[in-house]
Amino acid sequence: MSESGYADTQPRMGFFTDTSVCIGCKACEVACKEWNLVPASGEDLLGMSYDNTGDLGANSWRHVAFIEQQVPASRVDNLGMPTIGAPEQDGAGVRWLMSSDVCKHCTHAACLDVCPTGALFRTEFDTVVVQPDICNGCGYCVPACPYGVIEKREDDGRAFKCTLCYDRIGDGLEPACAKACPTDSIQYGELDELRERAERRKQELHDDGVTEARLYGENPDDGVGGTGAFFLLLDEPEVYGLPPDPVVTTRDLPDMWRRAGAAALGVAAAVVASFVGARR
Amino acid sequence: MSRAQGSRREQAMVAPAEFRSYYGRPIVKEPAWEQPDVPLYLFLGGTAGASASLAAMARVSGLPRLARAGTLVAAGGSLASVAALIHDLGRPERFLYMLRVFKPTSPLSVGSWILAPFSGLATASAGSVLTGRLRSIGTLAGSAAGLLGPAMCTYTAVLLADTATPAWHEGRRELPVLFAGSAASSGAGAALLLVPTSEAAPARRLGLAGAAAELAAEHRLEHDLGVVSETYREGRAGTLLKAGKALTAVGAGLSLLGKRSRLASAAAGAAYLAAGACTRFGVYAAGVASSRDPKYTVVPQRERMAGR
Repeated sequence: MSESGYADTQPRMGFFTDTSVCIGCKACEVACKEWNLVPASGEDLLGMSYDNTGDLGANSWRHVAFIEQQVPASRVDNLGMPTIGAPEQDGAGVRWLMSSDVCKHCTHAACLDVCPTGALFRTEFDTVVVQPDICNGCGYCVPACPYGVIEKREDDGRAFKCTLCYDRIGDGLEPACAKACPTDSIQYGELDELRERAERRKQELHDDGVTEARLYGENPDDGVGGTGAFFLLLDEPEVYGLPPDPVVTTRDLPDMWRRAGAAALGVAAAVVASFVGARR
Repeated sequence: MSRAQGSRREQAMVAPAEFRSYYGRPIVKEPAWEQPDVPLYLFLGGTAGASASLAAMARVSGLPRLARAGTLVAAGGSLASVAALIHDLGRPERFLYMLRVFKPTSPLSVGSWILAPFSGLATASAGSVLTGRLRSIGTLAGSAAGLLGPAMCTYTAVLLADTATPAWHEGRRELPVLFAGSAASSGAGAALLLVPTSEAAPARRLGLAGAAAELAAEHRLEHDLGVVSETYREGRAGTLLKAGKALTAVGAGLSLLGKRSRLASAAAGAAYLAAGACTRFGVYAAGVASSRDPKYTVVPQRERMAGR
């Protein structure tokens, strides 16, 4: 049995998103929308660098984040390109971080745990998928997700998120976003192999002096048991809008039920005690 | 992104929480539930639960008017809370899918399996009380509802706490006590409003016990959750919870004055009910506020990491 409860007949599949080679083209966002018939989210100019998607949600299953940072000029690679303006002005350079975010397909998935109808389920690939014909739009999965991924679609009423292209991977195809990614920033494959590849890539970057390179979500001992979609980041997770130490909320559920049970017994005892001597 | 400053803290001892974020955008999603549907469902469900238990005890103690009032409030409250819950669904016509499976990992599934039989039993009991028919079956149904009543009072605390919403998850130890106390004082409040003073003594005592639990739990929510406690003290949540505390205190005071005065007793009941509504809407508002600011997600997680 795998940690998520599936029998080991089919290896766990996932994404490794190497943000160090992301060029911010958003081909992943477009390919996802096209393949999965995800509705437009409306035009919205957010004024956040090149990011006008904002966050993951019912109508955005991939989201490319753009982060502009001031760094010492020595940190900026000289590509030999002609420059404009006054390069010597303050000696500072700009570093541009880009990262394509997606549902993490957690080993211990809060959305799946709290879904009261069974609409959310775990597939044979160890991914987490919503069945739209079962979802009744109760919305419980929305605040349960520690990453803020899943969301109710306003005009539809049901919850939607990335399926890791369940309909493609069953036929041996890679998910639409990975297929469209021109730099292989998004890599799809067996999770065990992706984890090894990511570790090698991180080591490579460290050897090249990019010591801030770190993996996010690859550790099976983290608060969600590791994620099926994990990342190589070049700064702290919260800079990309990711929680630094996510925990599946249901980890604390047995304790919560115990406390609620004790409180209920307290109510029962208080009611009974309030009738002492009240009999007519 | 740039470092954002936490808002000014009340205690000068604590440095402003410093944290990084993506353009200050929230990390977790705001609860998708509608207001007033879900806070109302929390309030009505709790009131109904405590009322059913009061009614069941009143029946065996020979207090017919208290039994009748509790039975009717339990039925009305639980039916209204079911209606609020269904109205909140994105696909209301699929409400029966709530009973498609039983999942202990989902407090909403467990809650549906408590709420459905509870509202059915409470309604059957009320039907018997109103029509005078099938008295023994009505009494049996009312007793069963009374046994389920305490669960109705507290499962909703787990429903909120079992999320990534910082104010609710960090408050998971306090919320069950708060909801138990609030439900008890609201149920007692409904009885004080409807029952003559000759039969109101148990409700008066239950109200005082509930008020004490409620005030103690609220104090801990407001002070013991680190930076997240801000969300219980400030903004809309702070206003509602302050009003709730004041109304609870007023209700408790009036209920003691109202041992002989029907009017004071009824006013105490109204104050308790208003307090219960303020508390539930306030806790809900704290959750919403905590999900809108990435500070409440990042800072506690960073503190947890630093402590390892």
